Amino acid sequence: MKREPISTGSEWTFELIQTYDREIARIAKRYALDTYPNQIEVITAEQMMDAYASVGMPIGYNHWSYGKHFLHTEKHYSRGQMGLAYEIVINSDPCIAYLMEENTMTMQALVIAHACYGHNSFFKGNYLFRTWTDASSIIDYLVFAKQYITQCEERHGIDAVEELLDSCHALMNYGVDRYKRPYPISAAEERQRQKEREEQLQRQVNDLWRTIPKMAGKESHDEGARFPSEPQENILYFVEKHAPLLEPWQREVIRIVRKIAQYFYPQRQTQVMNEGWATFWHYTLLNDLYDEGLVTEGFMFEFLQSHAGVIYQPGFDSPYYSGINPYTLGFAMFRDIRRICEDPTEEDRRWFPDIAGSDWLATVTFAMKSFKDESFILQYLSPKVIRDLKLFSILDDDQRDELEVAAIHDDGGYRLIREQLAAQYNLGNREPNVQIWNVDRRGDRSLTLRHFQHDRKPLGNSTDEVLKHLHRLWGFDIRLESMRGEDVTHSFQVPPRHESRDHDRRLDLASPI
Amino acid sequence: MSYVIDRRLNGKNKSTVNRTRFLRRYREHIKKAVEEAVSRRSITDMEHGEQISIPARDIDEPALYQGKGGRQTIVHPGNKEFVSGERIPRPQGGGGGQGQGKASNSGEGMDEFAFQITQDEFLDFMFEDLELPNLVKKQLTGTDTFKTVRAGISNEGNPARINIIRTLRASHARRIALSGGSRNKLREARAELARLRVEEPDNLGDIQALEAEIERLRARIDKVPFLDTFDLKYNLLSKQPSPSSKAVMFCLMDVSGSMTQATKDIAKRFYILLYLFLKRNYERIEVVFIRHHTSAKEVDEEEFFYSRETGGTIVSSALKLMQEVMAERYPVNEWNLYAAQASDGDNWNDDSPICREILTKQILPFMQYYTYVEITPREHQALWYEYENVRGAFPDSFSQQQIVSAGISIPCSANCSSGDSCHET
Repeated sequence: MKREPISTGSEWTFELIQTYDREIARIAKRYALDTYPNQIEVITAEQMMDAYASVGMPIGYNHWSYGKHFLHTEKHYSRGQMGLAYEIVINSDPCIAYLMEENTMTMQALVIAHACYGHNSFFKGNYLFRTWTDASSIIDYLVFAKQYITQCEERHGIDAVEELLDSCHALMNYGVDRYKRPYPISAAEERQRQKEREEQLQRQVNDLWRTIPKMAGKESHDEGARFPSEPQENILYFVEKHAPLLEPWQREVIRIVRKIAQYFYPQRQTQVMNEGWATFWHYTLLNDLYDEGLVTEGFMFEFLQSHAGVIYQPGFDSPYYSGINPYTLGFAMFRDIRRICEDPTEEDRRWFPDIAGSDWLATVTFAMKSFKDESFILQYLSPKVIRDLKLFSILDDDQRDELEVAAIHDDGGYRLIREQLAAQYNLGNREPNVQIWNVDRRGDRSLTLRHFQHDRKPLGNSTDEVLKHLHRLWGFDIRLESMRGEDVTHSFQVPPRHESRDHDRRLDLASPI
Repeated sequence: MSYVIDRRLNGKNKSTVNRTRFLRRYREHIKKAVEEAVSRRSITDMEHGEQISIPARDIDEPALYQGKGGRQTIVHPGNKEFVSGERIPRPQGGGGGQGQGKASNSGEGMDEFAFQITQDEFLDFMFEDLELPNLVKKQLTGTDTFKTVRAGISNEGNPARINIIRTLRASHARRIALSGGSRNKLREARAELARLRVEEPDNLGDIQALEAEIERLRARIDKVPFLDTFDLKYNLLSKQPSPSSKAVMFCLMDVSGSMTQATKDIAKRFYILLYLFLKRNYERIEVVFIRHHTSAKEVDEEEFFYSRETGGTIVSSALKLMQEVMAERYPVNEWNLYAAQASDGDNWNDDSPICREILTKQILPFMQYYTYVEITPREHQALWYEYENVRGAFPDSFSQQQIVSAGISIPCSANCSSGDSCHET
């Protein structure tokens, strides 16, 4: 059956967007893509820059760092050094997708397929998002956060709040629970609880630091025990609950930063999968539209050109190279899974006996739902994709003068490359492993952290600055021991030890002046 | 189901607050950059924004990350000739290229964080420490200007100003007050009726009595109107007299043969600077251009700066004309008056005392501020010395300055208009 194309020109209208959306939704349904309802918002380029600056959130508290981000984007965009993303999509229910006014009809259709059906179904299906985020309450929570922070600014002054947020942001990546499932609550509950929490928190903290002597018998076994008894990876949480000098509102602000960090945590772990999945689906859905005769060849040319741009992967020696393009890798892998299911070679049967020849839709959906980048690559990266991308692995050991090519795309190298690429996407390897080790409760109240080195990698240059921020939150001395195995190879101290005796306790942070 | 929403008309400046926060935090850097720009630029493009650069390390947001060193394995795409086990020399150049993805983002220098500030912001920073002398807002008596401001809620007003929330709240309160008792009784009667129907279905007398009572209560409740005139609340607006903030700026220039185009350009910068400064302080500004050689004439801007004249110089003619214009069009009680005069110092000698006379008697008593620049590398002449006497008489509202070349004109005249530090150098 040959049908009339939906549109032939490049101009879009609201009616056309709706028609495209309806057709794409119809095809998406055929593939059983399960999505939140979509809210498609058409915005201008300036508004897109606003959205950029607030990391895509439709609403956020005010902070200079977002202004910095905005100025950066604005400058690069206005000089033509950078195109804006075609879309931004927000993990919320309904799922909000921004379309830019400047896009052509083809681009709008591409974005609808990519964001409203690709990303959207990923947000709803992937286990990390299901576990860690609550799409229905995030907007409400952000509204609460913005209001609360504004109130704090009115009550305590912009500077005090800004300093506190600076410190929290420095430790933002250490404000997430990696294993515990948070208990989702609605924003209304959140507001109500916040009040009770303020009072109760302060009481708890006071208890911990109680200096009234205990009954003689009880005290003895307590001496020498570390606090916390197990190392804590969620530094912000620990500070929020146990820092001795913070005011209740300061604890609440830390909590807000922590919650938002937690919300973004799954996104940081599923970049390849998320983009790969969305790219895979815009490719599949729009090709189906073409097969049904609903779009013209001109539409397809424009679409394919953009698509090719999105999945372009410059080689390691290109001046444009900046690491592996997650769109390329993810798209290649999902396409490859489909190929292995539909048309397996002998090699595929050896490598993937469980999925070769199986139902492709069930297989890619299972893969989307049950993995994060690291495990997805470890599970599904096939020799064919490694060959296609010509992946190779470089070993850079600072104890040797030369780099070594550890593996290339050959029989001996597939497994190694797969393991190493997967490890590269493991947040645990990418971020230094720093944990709260001990608090000197009876002595100077100093806080000791431990950094457990991975492959002897040291801490970066701004560590001292981060520790100053932590010092501002904690209020007493901070120590950081960098451990290689059982040995301390390097240690940091804030404020520096020789000064801490006679000097003012609270250090000034590097001020902007 | 998808909803398509047009958000294009929503505000586009959601980031304004964040942007302002950023400028606030780095105001020292920005001020410095602005000062540098001021001394570098010609005044004609003072009206543009400015590119500001801040060293990237000053605005870094620190985070814990892994430093260089240790044992790293990185997978790269696009292998061409490497075979496994091959050893290659470590590329030099601080880990760019081959190293961490982020380090070499685009090859463009990442050392400076650069951004653009707008014209308004630029001028704000530029004029920040300067203040307008004698800034007096004229208060008017008869034909005062008013602005309407909200002043709470009233019981009277016109229908367009009804405050719906307050009105409905009052209506609700009145209905509770007037029908609350009846409602309670009605509820009791209904409960009683229900009980009777179940327990004593034969007691028709009581049941009928209750039904009648219920009917009566209902009617009573229904009679309480939903909205009474008593409920209506109106937003009250009140008129407040607002002080006038109109200013007029007189530009006086000598266009006699001795003034070259270059001198006029310098004068122009001087006028623009004062004009920009006034614009920041007054809502409405008018500019009067007066040029003179032996006689004065009011002209438009184009003619003022670009037409050429020759002849001698009688400064007092311009002052006389200015005084006439003042008296005719700009009553002192309505307007703030400013004047800027530029000349190369030449004057017909007998005229200079007349200038002083007019200035001190007829002009300066009504002026907010009067500035005079003499653009000449030569010795001062009679006019300058007469003006020094004027300054002695009106130290607060008169200033004079000599300009030799364009290079120093900007800070000098900026100081001039600040009024406090204006002394010949």
